[in-house]
Amino acid sequence: MAQTIASKTPIEAERRAARWNFAAILKRSPIYLVLVTWALLVIYPLAWTLFSALRTDREIMFTPWGMPTVLHFENFTRAWTKAGIGQFFFNTLLVVIPSLFFTLILSAMVSYVLARYEFTGKRIIQNLFLAGLMFPIFLALVPLYFIMQFLGIRNTFHGLVLVYIAFSLPFTVFFLVGFFKTLPRELMEAAIIDGATHTETFLKVMLPLAQPGLVTMAIFNFLGQWNQFILPTLLMDNSGLAEGQTRYVLSQGLYFLQIQQQYANDWSGLFAAVSLVMIPTLLVYIIFQEKIEKGLTVGALKG
Amino acid sequence: MKYGQKRFIFGFLFVPLALYTLFVLIPFVSSILVAFTRWRGVSANITFNGLNNLVRLVEDDLFWNALANNLRVLVSLPIITISMALLFAALFARGLRGQRFFRITFFFPQVLSAAVVAVLFGFVYHPTIGVLSSLLGALGFRQFANFPWLGETNTVLPAIIFVAIWQSVGFYMVLFIASMQSIPTEYYEAAKIDGASEWALFWGITLPLMRDTLRTALVFLMIGAMDMFAYVSILTNETGGPGRAAQVLSSYLYGEAFRRQNFGYATMLALVLMLLVLGLSLISLRVGGQEPLEY
Repeated sequence: MAQTIASKTPIEAERRAARWNFAAILKRSPIYLVLVTWALLVIYPLAWTLFSALRTDREIMFTPWGMPTVLHFENFTRAWTKAGIGQFFFNTLLVVIPSLFFTLILSAMVSYVLARYEFTGKRIIQNLFLAGLMFPIFLALVPLYFIMQFLGIRNTFHGLVLVYIAFSLPFTVFFLVGFFKTLPRELMEAAIIDGATHTETFLKVMLPLAQPGLVTMAIFNFLGQWNQFILPTLLMDNSGLAEGQTRYVLSQGLYFLQIQQQYANDWSGLFAAVSLVMIPTLLVYIIFQEKIEKGLTVGALKG
Repeated sequence: MKYGQKRFIFGFLFVPLALYTLFVLIPFVSSILVAFTRWRGVSANITFNGLNNLVRLVEDDLFWNALANNLRVLVSLPIITISMALLFAALFARGLRGQRFFRITFFFPQVLSAAVVAVLFGFVYHPTIGVLSSLLGALGFRQFANFPWLGETNTVLPAIIFVAIWQSVGFYMVLFIASMQSIPTEYYEAAKIDGASEWALFWGITLPLMRDTLRTALVFLMIGAMDMFAYVSILTNETGGPGRAAQVLSSYLYGEAFRRQNFGYATMLALVLMLLVLGLSLISLRVGGQEPLEY
């Protein structure tokens, strides 16, 4: 072995290396074929939606796979105003911003107490939260519907906020308890010896330290709440609203538009509506790609 | 000090626990009671009717149809998704040109809402404006030009399962890449010195050491297979497809409850769904149920 290497001149070795590289690329071409195929299967439906959003209904009907000739941006304006995507966006933000904020702060409070204090009933509370992780949401739907009705908060945004928070608690608490346990206990003890109250210690010492965990949970819950479909479908409808007003959030509103489409025949507007929902998600994802991947897979890696 | 601490603990737990109890715990617990009632709406009387809902369920062809469809998803979705994700992850393990592009692309569908993805594929599968039929037609497959993928009993469920795969493959790929990267390279080096082939390395080292991650993926996908709610209700307009060929338990029970006001029976269906999910999770956690791997 050593002999054959020694017998090659540098030029021969270089040529060998180049040939080997070429061979390696050839050898890898099936790999690229597989990857490119799936990439096309992922990208094409998305790109096709964007292209169709810029075409006329006539073009879409005639050659569904064609490219836009003249860019019809008015489809987007129509989707935003007339189809109500703008209102759906606004409604979604109105729900997700407060519910995300309170999910994080309330989960952090519970998690900190569960991770750092001993008290009677602690185990029961921990198990109650764990139980919430195991049950499928479908089991809760009927009673939840009537509880909301009974409390008079079905069809209200604050009602939906409360439900989002409650359903986000189990996993967020599960994750953050683990996170708070990894933080050094000495800092908390030092703060208390220095005369800080428990609340001050939590707010000024522990919460800043928990920031990485909170960011991960913020991303996880933001996507979960932004994309939520079954809870708004269950709890929000347009009863008692004037024509043109809506309580729908994005994913629910998009489905509503699709049903309406069967009678309205505004394909380009509907494509524009889906694009309007997709584009911001795509931009946010490209910017925060690594954080988002981590935030989403954390559930599986922890579990 | 001790008094202050108790007050502090109580103060921190009160609001979140109250919300959790009211909107999660009470609905879950009371559903077990509701499942054994006959109840057709707010104004109607709730009456216990013993095991009647269970009897009705056993005799309900629509229940067995939905369950059979869930099982079809259950045997196809996890196997196909995990195989594809494993393949992609293994291809990436060596480092490839353009790896970042492929990774970002494959993962992106996971970021979208299942509802948005379902609406999007409603277009793709559409017989007249859909890109699938028109492309196949243009390529010369005349029998597929204007083919109603979601309107035929044979194709509706596979078409919906494909949407679920399309959305989730990238997620499991990323999960598997992380798991593969955490395997110490010394294992491979030692085996290579012994002359093991790539294939042998994959089956002998990579897969066994990924056991925990694979099991998690399996549990997640099985739970997903028992759900499918957004895909099925959107892609079939809540009909469950032609001849209910794509009806699954979740969409069936939702319709029973909120379209036909059979609240008691729908909740019994949900209870059965929950028991199935729990049972499946427990079984797959027991399969090869050794201690978690540490290396």
